[in-house]
Amino acid sequence: MSSEELDIKPEDLLKFDYDPPKQDWMDPSVAFRKGTYCYSCAPKHLEYLEMANPREWQPHDKDWKLPENWKEIVFEGMRDRLSKYRSFQLFMDICVRCGACADKCHFFIGSGDPKNMPVLRAELLRSVYRNDFTAVGKILGKLAGGRELTEDVIKEWFYYFYQCTECRRCSVFCPYGIDTAEITMMARELLNLLGLNITWALEPAANCQRTGNHLGIQPHTFKDSLEFFQDEIEDITGVKVNLPISKKGADVLFVTPSGDYFADPGTFTLMGYMMLFHEIGLDYTWSPYASEGGNFGLFNSHELMKQLNAKIYAEAKRLGVKWILGGECGHMWRVVNQYMDTMNGPADFLEEPVSPITGTKFENAKSTKMVHIAEFTADLMKHNKVKLDPSRNDSLRVTFHDSCNPSRAMGLLEEPRHVLKSVCNHFYEMPENTIREQTYCCAGGAGLGTDENMEMRMRGGFPRGNALRHVQEKHDVNRLACVCAIDRATLIPLADYWAPGVVVTGVHELVGNALVMKGEKERELDMRGDPLNEMEGDEDV
Amino acid sequence: MNALYALFAVVVLVLLAFLGVSAAGLQVVFGVIVPYAAVSVFLIGIVYRVLKWATIPVPFRITTVCGQQKSLPWIKSSPLESPPNGLWTAARMALEVLAFRSLFRNTSISLASDDKAPGGKRIVYSANFFLWLGAIAFHYCFLVILLRHFRFFTEPVVFFVPLVQVLDGFFQVGAPVVYMTGLIILGALGYLLFRRFANPQVRYISLAADYFPLFLLLGIVISGILMRYFLKVDVVKAKELTMGLIGFHPVVPDGIGSLFYIHLFLVSALVVYFPFSKLMHMGGVFLSPTRNLSNDSRARRHVNPWNYPVHVHTYEEWEEEYRDKIEAAGIPLDKG
Repeated sequence: MSSEELDIKPEDLLKFDYDPPKQDWMDPSVAFRKGTYCYSCAPKHLEYLEMANPREWQPHDKDWKLPENWKEIVFEGMRDRLSKYRSFQLFMDICVRCGACADKCHFFIGSGDPKNMPVLRAELLRSVYRNDFTAVGKILGKLAGGRELTEDVIKEWFYYFYQCTECRRCSVFCPYGIDTAEITMMARELLNLLGLNITWALEPAANCQRTGNHLGIQPHTFKDSLEFFQDEIEDITGVKVNLPISKKGADVLFVTPSGDYFADPGTFTLMGYMMLFHEIGLDYTWSPYASEGGNFGLFNSHELMKQLNAKIYAEAKRLGVKWILGGECGHMWRVVNQYMDTMNGPADFLEEPVSPITGTKFENAKSTKMVHIAEFTADLMKHNKVKLDPSRNDSLRVTFHDSCNPSRAMGLLEEPRHVLKSVCNHFYEMPENTIREQTYCCAGGAGLGTDENMEMRMRGGFPRGNALRHVQEKHDVNRLACVCAIDRATLIPLADYWAPGVVVTGVHELVGNALVMKGEKERELDMRGDPLNEMEGDEDV
Repeated sequence: MNALYALFAVVVLVLLAFLGVSAAGLQVVFGVIVPYAAVSVFLIGIVYRVLKWATIPVPFRITTVCGQQKSLPWIKSSPLESPPNGLWTAARMALEVLAFRSLFRNTSISLASDDKAPGGKRIVYSANFFLWLGAIAFHYCFLVILLRHFRFFTEPVVFFVPLVQVLDGFFQVGAPVVYMTGLIILGALGYLLFRRFANPQVRYISLAADYFPLFLLLGIVISGILMRYFLKVDVVKAKELTMGLIGFHPVVPDGIGSLFYIHLFLVSALVVYFPFSKLMHMGGVFLSPTRNLSNDSRARRHVNPWNYPVHVHTYEEWEEEYRDKIEAAGIPLDKG
């Protein structure tokens, strides 16, 4: 997949310092400079989702065409959420502004903009909360850190809350566990009440509501795509893998992000899944109705998240499967691990997940009944249930990017590493401040992975890119593996920009390379159709 | 500017107490009425705030996971960073509350030049324990000092006071013995204030509400130190007053010295301010959903008390919408 290149050179992009400007942060003026914000969503998608204030507008317009009683709507929205989410109320109340979070945000590190410090991002909302929801603020106003809600404040909210990828890295360092993602989610809900949203976050959600997946792929095209990959696999391996779609009574429903069957390099990962399932004889099924693991609802509102997520259980019930297996995806797993069962459960029509191959009970998923593919595959490999030839990946020197959500919303750290180390011989970690729970975002999560936002993405991508460059330099790393569909799209321009020569890959693509299948022909090509063990790019070993 | 407002406010408080006692003779006001009122506001305020938080639902289990989940039996999990149950969550919370675990993680970044990297710069991470050290030193000293003050509120003096006093005065320097905590807390508060000025980012975000408690606490500590070591007040009479307050038989002995009233008034100001301010982080830290919930939401269902039905595009609607295409593609239909 090609992305627009950013025409600012890295050395020019880094021409800033971390010293804050003279301008008081309470001044809400924001310049909407192209490259640093995302465009609005077309009204037809808002209409389809029955969301507020559908109209034509753009963030760089002077008039945002807010509803007449916009202020009332925001205050009412805040009041409602303060009474429903302890997190929101608490995070408005207890921040001491110690600044521990300040240099933990990738957007701050790559831009030096003080409003990208998590503490200040939250203060943009908190100042309004203090002004209008606390006794002290009502009396002392600005002296108590209060700030009047104006249209400029709304514009500032839009700019900065759509400049947060909800990665939760700051929350790891906060002494009170204040989670900026939670605050951003509330702020985006408030903005949505006024019809302020971005197309990259909302259009996929509208597509998903209608067709079953973000990309709007309809059932016949869905099947065509999978059949195409079935043929590809046959070309590479000589094995025609099975392709069960909407198969009632299968053991397992498999759900993966639509990026995996839509664009490279996700497609190579998808081929890896198909080969693995075929090889172990898993009785599973795809579903064109629940053809999306990802959940862009999360990037707009809790309600929309629930709407989209509901399809997975509904389909599992309709098809009568025993449990659900989920593919490589980041925010999908935030939703599955932390929201799904609460929102759309209990899944009492399913069985506690057991691997039919190894007999392993996935006790950690016994209520939600959904297992991560890395857990499933790591278990297979630990029990030597698949034959692997890791030397097929010998030309690859691999590092692993922990995606925000599988790490900080789940703790899925060792499973993908076990899989990677089983299928390739050259694995290197990036520096410890940049992986596991301290991992950096790709800067394109939470709906920000769009081309018009490329400058901000490259800025936010600087810490990840810098760490990647480090292992490229030190260990000749030429592959960046990840378990997230957004990563597989957004890390490509990031790597091209900050560590040129490193290629982005899904974990199961490398599984596909190494998997020795029954009845396969002599393997000459890798998942990409390139000759096996031929070096990529100009890198030499 | 915010710092000046805060300093000004504390100076006004000091002057109020000083003039009120020395010029207007309002010992009863500053020695009895204000402390009673302040403690009442404190107790009611804290209970109100904590109850308010506690009654707001926690709809989702949004644990911030900082280590390996408990999944497959052969994978070593990090139960303290990713607690699989309530017990481990309690342990995680204990570390958080007693040892400031998350703050201990703190790092700081700087950019170094690196010719080989695109952009010519490299991010350097360094451990940064100072904030943690300042914070932990302040909080523990405050606790010890608070415990020491029980000698003014108990008769006979409660058992732990002599113990704490001996430990705190371990080095046996000076007469009266110098308590370490008095010096350390001064250093810690000084550092916490200093970094608000010295660190450009922290200075940028600091509100008057961030400086005010620091100045107020410094005022309390300094007036306390002055009373003990330098401008000595009559301790016996001071204790008469404090015991009177505790026993609800308030007495105001003559000649305690106005410094005592300044100290008492600043403490009263602190406790009144407490429930309305960021100082409530003391109670809030226990309720933070990202820390006090276990990471087991796939194993044990978390219930949202206000969960409500939403508009789902059902399978039946979907099949109806795409019927022709599903049929043409040979995908099984429910209603053939």
